Amino acid sequence: MTLLRVERLHKSFGGFEAVRDVGFTLEAGERLAIIGPNGAGKSTCFNMIGGQLRPDHGRVLLDGEDITGLPPRAVWRKGVGRTFQIAAAFGSMTVAENVQMALMNHHGRARALFPLARELYREEALALLERVGIRDQAERFCSMLAYGDIKRVELAVALAHDPRLLLMDEPTAGMAPAERHALMRLVSAIVAERGIAVLFTEHDMDVVFAYADRILVINRGRLIAEGPPEKVRADREVQAIYLGSTVESPA
Amino acid sequence: MDPGFFVVQFLNGLATASFLFMASAGLTIVFGVTRIVNFAHGSFYMLGAYLAYTLAGIFMDAAYGAMSFWGAIFLAAVIVGLLGILLELVVLRRIYDAPELFQLLATFAVVLIVQDLVRMTWGGEDLLGPRAPGLKSFVLVAGRRFPEYELAMIFAGPLVLGALWLLFHRTRFGVLVRAATLDREMVGALGVNQALLFTGVLFLGAFLAGLAGALQLPREPANPYMDVNIIVEAFVVTVIGGMGSVTGAFLAALLIGELQAFGILVFPKITLVLAFLVMAVVLIVRPYGLLGRPQAESHGAARAGAGLAAGTPLQRGFWLALLALLLVLPLFADEYSLKLMIELLIFGLFAFSLNFIMGWGGIVSFGHAAYFGLGAYGAALLVHHFAWPMEGALLAAPLVAGTAALVFGALCVRLSGVYLAMLTLAFAQIVYAVAFQWVEFTGGDNGLIGIWPASWAASRTVYYYLTLAVSLAGIGLLWRFLYAPFGYSSRAVRDSAIRADAIGIDPRYQRWLAFTVSGIAAGLGGGLYVFSKGNIDPEVLAIPTSVDALTMVLIGGVETVTGPLAGAALLTLLKDFVMPLTLYWKMVMGVLILGMVLAFPKGLVGILADRLPALQARPAERERPA
Repeated sequence: MTLLRVERLHKSFGGFEAVRDVGFTLEAGERLAIIGPNGAGKSTCFNMIGGQLRPDHGRVLLDGEDITGLPPRAVWRKGVGRTFQIAAAFGSMTVAENVQMALMNHHGRARALFPLARELYREEALALLERVGIRDQAERFCSMLAYGDIKRVELAVALAHDPRLLLMDEPTAGMAPAERHALMRLVSAIVAERGIAVLFTEHDMDVVFAYADRILVINRGRLIAEGPPEKVRADREVQAIYLGSTVESPA
Repeated sequence: MDPGFFVVQFLNGLATASFLFMASAGLTIVFGVTRIVNFAHGSFYMLGAYLAYTLAGIFMDAAYGAMSFWGAIFLAAVIVGLLGILLELVVLRRIYDAPELFQLLATFAVVLIVQDLVRMTWGGEDLLGPRAPGLKSFVLVAGRRFPEYELAMIFAGPLVLGALWLLFHRTRFGVLVRAATLDREMVGALGVNQALLFTGVLFLGAFLAGLAGALQLPREPANPYMDVNIIVEAFVVTVIGGMGSVTGAFLAALLIGELQAFGILVFPKITLVLAFLVMAVVLIVRPYGLLGRPQAESHGAARAGAGLAAGTPLQRGFWLALLALLLVLPLFADEYSLKLMIELLIFGLFAFSLNFIMGWGGIVSFGHAAYFGLGAYGAALLVHHFAWPMEGALLAAPLVAGTAALVFGALCVRLSGVYLAMLTLAFAQIVYAVAFQWVEFTGGDNGLIGIWPASWAASRTVYYYLTLAVSLAGIGLLWRFLYAPFGYSSRAVRDSAIRADAIGIDPRYQRWLAFTVSGIAAGLGGGLYVFSKGNIDPEVLAIPTSVDALTMVLIGGVETVTGPLAGAALLTLLKDFVMPLTLYWKMVMGVLILGMVLAFPKGLVGILADRLPALQARPAERERPA
């Protein structure tokens, strides 16, 4: 079943075409990686799917429904959870409260005036923290966490509304290699047990080839290769980009 | 009307624009580089006028002539420039990394100090300066007389603009100023001596302010109110032009100058409002002003805001004891103390409502007086014109203020930071101007009198209990909201709007709701206030009222729940204590505020919380047995 279908997505900033007519599909239960050099347009792609940026043209379909140009909160309501390249959490709240905040929204009570927020959905939040392996950090303020742990908080927050699709922009950036693999094993397990799909970008090729079912390669805003890891690994153009050769794809 | 009249009116507009530009250029340059909104800019302007008055007197007594006059003007500007250096070295240098509101408050403290220094030195009377030798006469323009001095001044503005252009494009200092305006941290990273750069910029800014003040001496007498009047106009010009943009300030000054010249013909009643209306419209259409650009994001990690801890038994005990004390207070307090306590409670609610959005929502309102004052005026007008009873008027007060907050807030929350603060100020000034100029309805300058409580609440003791009940209910509700999902959502948007949006919170909508709730609470305070005083005048809507609320929040501690209450108590009692002691209480207050900002940047409650860990619930204590 095709969960996400992206068609001819396009975005330019001034004269700079950051993403040019990118299209792909993502199946339920699939782990799809987007790779490419710095500035290739990966994050721009992500932000157009997540609603942070509005595409110039092209469409984003979630389970057949057009979600192009919806604001992030609406995309979230359709069942998309996301993490950011530079981890974003509520620094003045504890780890548990961060997840509780997402749960309050999920249950439609984020603007309630009288209940004590710290008591709402606490057990659910702790269960999610348990699942991502930071239950013991629940009472620490996010502003005091190690970066790797904030990434896990983000994951727990993104899972709070039982999403169908996870968008993870460089989930392992800033982590030590062992930590990276631990996080990606966790993501893989969650994807499998919940039957959801994950789209992620990543710079660490070990991580990409170990955990992606399929890989998209973007360079200069264009999709240049697509397929399972072995096929992408063998692709001449991809090798040229990643081995530092300056062979250009004919425009 | 003949065309000559329009030509003269146009020239008047140009002269006004010229002065507005000269008075604003320094403000925008200083903001561009240091990111400090320098309230004391108006004080520099005033000092320029007074110094020019004294120097011109001395010089022209010694040798009457143009040289003496212009020499006095120039020397006055240079001295003011040196005072700018003094301000940089003594005050600003310590607070560059402080939150922008602390900077604002510190420079406002300087305003208070300078006001009293000026009164001590030159007295409170208007001082009319000498006319410029050689420019005393009129020229004929289209058959009408136009003062030569005004004509000369039309050229002074563009001259200053040209000189600044040369400075910014032909000197190393100027290039650094432009670079720092674009990205201050980058300039620092490149090894530029920032301290020296900032000192230089403060000299330039103060020099320009002093020059503008000195040059306007032949037009209007020097007086002790000119500082606040000019700073408000300069804010408008700077914000419309885009903060940091000198050319923008020039265009904005032209726009405002001509609008005032012709607006007065079309709508003589709304001259005060006009500039603020223009500013509001410009900010709604172009959120960063005509030629401004979004402020460069700080490269450093975001500062983490404070969290909310559950109360400890010790804290609960303290609040219960305080409540008990407040309940039995009338048994042993005299009339005067009760009056003071009523005021203290009202301002506690007002300050708490401000911090509800400022500390916990990251929305810096610089015009919170609007909602307090609208509550007060709403109640007073209903009593005065429609003979409403006190009870109805008290209920209406928060609704009037809340409606205004709903409308103004919708426009304000689209902006952020300094621009948001300035738009809230603009709305407050519009409300102030309406109250001031709509004499038939609001009583104008004199306001409305005879707004007394209902007969059952007429005794001081009963009104005290009424105030206690209502203000504590208001504070209690807001307090509860902070701990409820609503308050958490506001804080989520403050901490990370992008994250909040990605979990279903509409940041703008949440800020709008919080702004409205805050306005309602402020209006409730205003309603209580008017019946405690028995009268109302536009001062309650003026800038000092907004600044009082800010001061209370900041000296109490912006990132604390109870800080605003402590701040309100401290400021109210301090004013009550200091004002009868000296004519120069503004200076005493200024020195105290300045001292507190420099010594306790976290505020009183913040300091207490740091020093007495027992007062603060440690996060670990929140673990409950499952």
